[in-house]
Amino acid sequence: MDFKLDPADETFQREVRAFIAENLPEDLARRGRQGYHSHPPDVRRWTKILNARGWAAFHWPAEHGGVDWSPLRRYLFDCELRAAGAPLLQQTGFELVGPVLYTFGSEAQKTRHLPAIRDGDEFWCQGFSEPNAGSDLASLKTRAVRDGDHYVVSGQKTWTSEGHKADWMFALVRTDADAKPQAGISFLLIDMKTPGVTVRPIYTIDEGLSVNEVFFDDVRVPAGNLVGEENRGWSYAKFLLTNERAMSAETPHTRADLEQLKALAEDETRNGRPIADDPLFAAKLARFEADLMALEYAVLRVLHMAEDDPALGSVASVLKLRGAELRQRVADLAVEALGDHGLALYPDMEGGNRMDPEAPAPPAPAHAAGWLAKAMFRRATTIYGGANEIQRNIIARSVLGL
Amino acid sequence: MDFSLTSEQQALKDSVRRFCEREYAFEARRGLLRSDEGFSRGNWATFAELGWLGAGLPEALGGYGGGAVENALILEELGRALALEPFLPCAVGAAQAIAAAATGEARESLLAAIVSGETLAVLAHAEAGARGGADEHVETRAERTSAGWRLTGAKAFVLGGPAADVLLVSARTSGGPRDREGVSLFQVRPDLGGVTRRSYLAVDGRRVADFTFDGVELAAEALLGHAGQAIEPIELALDHTLVGLCAEALGAMEAALWMTRDYLRTRRQFGVTLNTFQALQHRMADMLVETELARSMLYRALAALEATDPAERRSGVSAAKAQIGEAGYFVGGHAVQLHGGVGVTEEYAVGHFFKRLTLVRGLGGPTDVHLARFARLSRRPGRNSSGASLAAE
Repeated sequence: MDFKLDPADETFQREVRAFIAENLPEDLARRGRQGYHSHPPDVRRWTKILNARGWAAFHWPAEHGGVDWSPLRRYLFDCELRAAGAPLLQQTGFELVGPVLYTFGSEAQKTRHLPAIRDGDEFWCQGFSEPNAGSDLASLKTRAVRDGDHYVVSGQKTWTSEGHKADWMFALVRTDADAKPQAGISFLLIDMKTPGVTVRPIYTIDEGLSVNEVFFDDVRVPAGNLVGEENRGWSYAKFLLTNERAMSAETPHTRADLEQLKALAEDETRNGRPIADDPLFAAKLARFEADLMALEYAVLRVLHMAEDDPALGSVASVLKLRGAELRQRVADLAVEALGDHGLALYPDMEGGNRMDPEAPAPPAPAHAAGWLAKAMFRRATTIYGGANEIQRNIIARSVLGL
Repeated sequence: MDFSLTSEQQALKDSVRRFCEREYAFEARRGLLRSDEGFSRGNWATFAELGWLGAGLPEALGGYGGGAVENALILEELGRALALEPFLPCAVGAAQAIAAAATGEARESLLAAIVSGETLAVLAHAEAGARGGADEHVETRAERTSAGWRLTGAKAFVLGGPAADVLLVSARTSGGPRDREGVSLFQVRPDLGGVTRRSYLAVDGRRVADFTFDGVELAAEALLGHAGQAIEPIELALDHTLVGLCAEALGAMEAALWMTRDYLRTRRQFGVTLNTFQALQHRMADMLVETELARSMLYRALAALEATDPAERRSGVSAAKAQIGEAGYFVGGHAVQLHGGVGVTEEYAVGHFFKRLTLVRGLGGPTDVHLARFARLSRRPGRNSSGASLAAE
């Protein structure tokens, strides 16, 4: 056992930190820290800055324009990005569809999409969930029928994150209605500008816009946009969902939130004293940080375990479940620390993601911006990506053998 | 970083587990619980023979070259079996206190006697007045006499105290009851005149003792290390003990978890085995989550023990004690619940795990004390931090 970071990894960490300090524009960092849904121009600017250094596709192998970093270095890099408040790179392109394309895609698909993702010129959304296929994803009904050298797609996707900003969607569609649910699904790339695609916004309880409904009305998709083989889409989707397991805990993000919250707890007062002095609040904050420390070490364990380690499944199974809970708790604590300011609707003044762009800003300090919205939106963290109840089912079945 | 065990560490862990499987069947353990001393001197001799009592000490101090990781591996297995021997207070608490506080020949001979199993030493530090709070709270006093020292005061809830033949007693040689300066460490034979030992049982059946020292005359050599400078070595020893306690808890949690899993798969009600009920499956999933995170937190605590800055070390250890203490109580409590009525009987193992985990949560300071310490040591500066820099207006 050795709990120290290798000197080479420490050097790497310093190099990354220095690069971000020098190259992350202050206005991007300010908006990044507020935690509203991302602004495409910010994301594009930052992606291009990273890509110029060769670090945008940091999850990818070098042969596809990535950097061949170890899982630990990817994690350390992510920690530095979050700590600095950098805009979130598009997860859909870099972490989800990118690896599917370079693993299963055609040469034409790789050439067409991978460079555009790396340089922030192509935004993607995921078309998996449907109104009647949420946790039970395999029951999805959106159909793709082969017609010459096209597929004709009809149906509906929902909870489509960033669908209103996306250039492309990677979608699971049913290509064989008679096969068993998982066996008749294909993985299709759909240009969002194709006639027949309609995006309708779904405003969430933070009164922000990030998720959408997407309707397909006889949308003609070139057959060349099929990834891999027809009816094998389920296995590509499973590959995609397990690809960045250690990232599912989102601990770098929560750690960055906590550091902001701890600063806030020194600045916000209760009874004329910093709320960090209040023993009841301090105890809740400490309990939260202890829980986060445990999860951070669980992530480090997973990052250091071999894929065939028999203990891996058990520790990996807790990451998303607890990670989602902590994302909620940190925002809840910040709302509590902010007192009345935590209860005021504080619109995103810069990003244009608001349901009501004219809503007045409350007379709250700027450090209050974003926290209530986070606390509201993050009720979704324990629902999306496999609800926590589904996570518990999985643990019960595959880890505990119940 | 590397979270895997070396082959030596794996062999050590395996050997402790094999020993426990052989010697700690439930009925054998019940027999030991009711024996005079509440543990087996034969087992203790085996611990010494197999090198476990020196596994966590460097070779320069007469140990076998390991450290806190080795102690944690041993304690995890001892916790899994709910072993009763006073490994934690002696081989960890006392040994670390001596290693850090004592010097020269006294240090060498005391550690050699612990490693060989010849002496069972324990650290007698905590006092009733502190109630698990500030570690510098020492009211026991030692005054200089012409021959050495005169010791007066009391120590409470000393795990392993009933069987100890050497006590390492902290006492104030100067200053007030809560000053960090002025705490000294003495070795005291419990059979000296003026020492009263009151032995009793802790919740998990292990033996503890309260001691009173009524003008006990000590030789000058009883003082270990420098007068008045013992609080930092004592805190280091307490931190090692807390991490050891966390390791013990982890072993007990894992055992309780899998025992409960097996019970759910066999116990039938309403014509089906209990594992088919989703309410029970989800409860067990939560127990597994707590157990995996406790293991992760134990590693975090072992990393903290290596910190050169005492505040960083204490901060990490207190966070772990709070987190694992509560996690253990959660797992132990729900293990009893999922067993139903049999879980609250003395004749069934699961309740004994709950009792051990109850002790762990409270021993060495309850959760609130550690949360408060962690909160204090992990505070950040306020203004000019990232939060305030947002306030551009």
